[in-house]
Amino acid sequence: MELSGILFYLISFLIMGGIYSVICLALNMQWGFGGLFNAGIAGFYAVGAYSAAIITSANTPNHVGGFDLPIVVGLVVAGTLSGIVGWAIARICVRLKADYLAMASIGIAEIIRLAVINEEWLTNGSLGVSRIPRPLEEFFTGRESEMVFFVFVWIIVAITFWVAHRLYKSPWGRVMRAIRDNEAAAESVGKDVQSFRTQSFVIGAIFMGVAGALSAHYFKFFSPDATEPLLITFLAWVMLIAGGSGNNKGAVAGALIIWAIWSMTEIITQQLPPDWATRSSYIRMLLIGLFLQFVLQRFRAGLFPEKAPKLNVKSHG
Amino acid sequence: MMDFINFYLVPGITLGAIYALGAVGVSMIFGILRFAHFAHGDLMTVGAYFGLSAVWLLGIPALAAIPIAVALTCLVALFADRAFYKPLRQLPTIYTVIASFGVALIFRSVVQLVWGTESQVYSVGFQKPIVLFDSLRIATRHIQIILATAAITLGLHWFLHHTQMGKTMRAVSDDPALASVAGLDPEKTIRWTWIIGAGLAAIAGVFVGLDTDVHTMMGWNLLLPMFAAALLGGIGKPLGAIAGGLIIGIAEEICTYPFFGESLISPSYKSAIAFVIMLLILIFRPRGLFKGRLL
Repeated sequence: MELSGILFYLISFLIMGGIYSVICLALNMQWGFGGLFNAGIAGFYAVGAYSAAIITSANTPNHVGGFDLPIVVGLVVAGTLSGIVGWAIARICVRLKADYLAMASIGIAEIIRLAVINEEWLTNGSLGVSRIPRPLEEFFTGRESEMVFFVFVWIIVAITFWVAHRLYKSPWGRVMRAIRDNEAAAESVGKDVQSFRTQSFVIGAIFMGVAGALSAHYFKFFSPDATEPLLITFLAWVMLIAGGSGNNKGAVAGALIIWAIWSMTEIITQQLPPDWATRSSYIRMLLIGLFLQFVLQRFRAGLFPEKAPKLNVKSHG
Repeated sequence: MMDFINFYLVPGITLGAIYALGAVGVSMIFGILRFAHFAHGDLMTVGAYFGLSAVWLLGIPALAAIPIAVALTCLVALFADRAFYKPLRQLPTIYTVIASFGVALIFRSVVQLVWGTESQVYSVGFQKPIVLFDSLRIATRHIQIILATAAITLGLHWFLHHTQMGKTMRAVSDDPALASVAGLDPEKTIRWTWIIGAGLAAIAGVFVGLDTDVHTMMGWNLLLPMFAAALLGGIGKPLGAIAGGLIIGIAEEICTYPFFGESLISPSYKSAIAFVIMLLILIFRPRGLFKGRLL
């Protein structure tokens, strides 16, 4: 492969890696900060992707819209709607043990998937939404537009990281960790556990929606196939735990490393004869499942273990 | 009216029986090991495929393959517990939930590797339904599934109330601290929980194959209604889970019946019923209908 080919492969790798970084940072806000188990990431991602797709794509008779509005509007709507869904589910579940939230979040993802497939007036069913724009598309085409999109995605990653970082260091983040590590103690000093948990779940859901929107713009076409739970929910969990739950740097590092392993094994398996190529995709899944078990048992803190920021207590005296 | 019974109520009870058998395991594992077992649906898939292999290799009918499927699935569950869940036992149980999420994927990918991804059936050909009282037509497979589930329910009730292990399990589920003070062996209880949960999951898996077909996503797709059934019945209440499963199965089928000329909900949203019931239970009665544990 010539040099520019490698460069552009790297760019497309980093675009997907960036989208996964946003998902991972969002998951870190829910799980790493608050200990909330979300098994329905794919659902929030789908809400974001479809809202952005419908808001920004050109008018079509196939489904409602598209409204041909600016991409920023799409991102805001994607985050808002996804956040509202997150709020509704969090309201019901955060007062219970994390397992209940896990069960309910699987349910919400399933309902969203059903709605996406069946409500053709809204989403064009299994045919999907097409002609989704990319930013500055009228000025750049082909590989240049890919470069522009790469910059766009990483600006969003930087914003997400900044938000996550500020939240983590803030008094709010400290309360979240207190709740995560000792709920009773946090409650006894007067912290409203349910309200803090709901907030962290909603903020995470907003960014999951934004990640979905990014992928809709990247693919320029979005159909129910793109919300495969295995590729979104499961991979995101492996990424966060391997990278280091609770650590934002770990979330991004985990996203990039696991995405690199995942895409490289795909390149390797593409070289195999066709009969083995289909089988090898199951071997990849099996290995990633085993890898998660390994990480959970031996390597739980992840690559970048959580480091609580130092308390900056002023001494009076 | 007969249409309602033949095409909605009886299939609903059949579906409910399948959910019920799966939900017993979910409820007991949640009650005794204290975690939501996300691999339970895929354990069901594993059982169904063991049954398939027995049917193919030995040429026996699917019902006769059940003991083989049960035995092998129990071994798989015990192995998974030893390899993947036991090392995490001392940690907060949410880590085990995450592990089980991965185990679900491991089960499914192994099934896809060994048996392939095409849908399979236990036996081909059309079974003539049995006609009772001139107009009540019930498919043989529905009768088999419903009667077998009724027998299993009675057996389970007897086991839980009249055997030492059954009583131990209920005690551990109700109050683990008290049970361990009383000297009940936790690891042995856990082993039996897996044997019963996995055994019933395998039976449910074979029943799914008997009722429709066997495919690699079948168990994952049943996970949501099984969780809903376990919550509806009350966590740690196996017989409650059976009732919960039946309620959800029947509700899913009769909601598509055209009561007022049009069905209440579109059949494509059937699986949303379980989710709605789950949410209602979590909002209004988190301990379930039969006063299960609230963890």
